[in-house]
Amino acid sequence: MIEFHDLSLGYSGRVLMSGVTLKLMPGSFHFLTGPSGSGKTSLLKLCYGELKATSGRVEVFGQDIGAMARDQVALIRRRIGIVHQDCQFLDHLPMAENITLPLEVAGQVADARAMDELLAWVGLSGQARALPPQLSGGERQRAALARAVMGAPDIILADEPTGNVDWEMSQRLLRLMTELNRMGKTVVVATHDLNLIRVAKSQVAARVLRIQGGRVQLAGADL
Amino acid sequence: MTKPNLGSSLRRLIAGRRRADRVVPPSGHTATLTTLTSAAMAFLAVFALALSIATGRLADRWSQALTRTATVRISAPPEQMQAQTKKVLDVLKTTPGVSAARVMEPDEIKRLLEPWLGPDLPVDALPLPQLVEVAETPEGVDGPGLQLRLQAEAPGAILDDHLRWRQPLVSSASRVRILGLLSLALIGGATAALITLATQAALAANGQVIRTLRLVGARDGYIARAFVRRFTIRAFMGALAGTALGMAAIALLPAAAPEGGFLTGLGFTGIEWGWPLLLPILAALVAFLSTLAAAFQTLRTVR
Ligand SMILES: Nc1ncnc2c1ncn2[C@@H]1O[C@H](COP(=O)(O)OP(=O)(O)OP(=O)(O)O)[C@@H](O)[C@H]1O
Ligand SMILES: [Mg+2]
Repeated sequence: MIEFHDLSLGYSGRVLMSGVTLKLMPGSFHFLTGPSGSGKTSLLKLCYGELKATSGRVEVFGQDIGAMARDQVALIRRRIGIVHQDCQFLDHLPMAENITLPLEVAGQVADARAMDELLAWVGLSGQARALPPQLSGGERQRAALARAVMGAPDIILADEPTGNVDWEMSQRLLRLMTELNRMGKTVVVATHDLNLIRVAKSQVAARVLRIQGGRVQLAGADL
Repeated sequence: MTKPNLGSSLRRLIAGRRRADRVVPPSGHTATLTTLTSAAMAFLAVFALALSIATGRLADRWSQALTRTATVRISAPPEQMQAQTKKVLDVLKTTPGVSAARVMEPDEIKRLLEPWLGPDLPVDALPLPQLVEVAETPEGVDGPGLQLRLQAEAPGAILDDHLRWRQPLVSSASRVRILGLLSLALIGGATAALITLATQAALAANGQVIRTLRLVGARDGYIARAFVRRFTIRAFMGALAGTALGMAAIALLPAAAPEGGFLTGLGFTGIEWGWPLLLPILAALVAFLSTLAAAFQTLRTVR
């Protein structure tokens, strides 16, 4: 589903990671952990083509995403639900329209009932007409996750989706992702929250990738 | 991939799902300025158009009405008049390019002179020249050649092929028309340049919007369309208002006396009123093409 082939990435001369070779199978559930600044966000951005590798390549759905034209990348992104670390909404549109944006840009119409259920699940039923700047940090994260799953994507890439919400809400958001994983979706979640990882492991066969010192390793059972 | 196909882009633009351009935030005064400029340009364009049409009409009338006729004027002592007139008619009959020649009646001559000399002219008492009206075939007559032959046969005959005084008028009228058309082209170019700048500014100010749209899988064409639609509609609305004002201003110009001054005839008559109605459509087309070009060009540089 997502493959890294001898990939390295650097910013302005500084090498962030190198020699990364990875293979995330369809239907798998991975957590991505590592110290702040280790490159979790960067690794996710490589997966959806916002960053280009310094060398090596990233294949998504069997295609080299680094070699794609912008419009091809756009088509790939319609099959990927992305929770950006800083959410990113259109601030002049109400939440309901922001959440259906992936369908809108693909020329599809959102199913109103599915959307209501989704909003209820992430606890935003009352905020459908609110503008993004009127939401709290946690509410924005919940909305970002709702938007990411709205288009029923094959892959979900979530960058710290529970960073700003309480423990109970974290578990609800996690449930959303583990349910989708049970339905066959591939999920990658970057997080610092070890408790969340423990809960997830009780629900699905989740594996943990750890980034440290420019290397990406599969963590053992002890995390 | 997104090489825009004009036909389908236009159709999508006009049918356009109403929500599509909501993804671009209201752009405040850039958009208002676009509307205003487009209105001002259309207003000016109406006048440039009126000028071109009026001068075109003038040049056409002068050249067409006069091209295919000439006059032979015979000044001779009364006793020779008849003989010279007959000679002139004989010469004309054998001249290539002449389709008909006719001696003008004294009454006609009197009518021609009336505007200058008054209605009570005692024509019979004046030694008026004899006039022969010559109708030319489309190929026309060799003027200087005919003049030489006439002089040899009838010393008092002078060919007036109208060319002498007509030519400068026709050419200055056509030149004014070219100026009018040039103004139209300049107005179109300035509108295109301005809308390009407005679009680029709007796109640059909306980097966050573009990034968010790309995050959820929007293609360049989708993003461009939202901007294109907005600016095209603005330009069209502005041009519509400007054209209406320009047409009203022209309609309110003091009417030219029907037979009077060619030059006061700045305006439209009959079907010509249809021409300025094309301006809003033209403005929308100019806006559409320049926004499209600007949008794709900017989107290429924004990552
Ligand atoms: N656009 C950029 N230009 C230069 N350096 C960058 C850029 N983006 C990220 N970096 C650097 O790359 C490193 C990894 O950043 P990244 O955001 O991937 O870390 P992270 O693991 O997601 O951290 P956190 O847990 O704090 O979110 C950081 O040191 C950061 O400063
Ligand atoms: Mg990060």
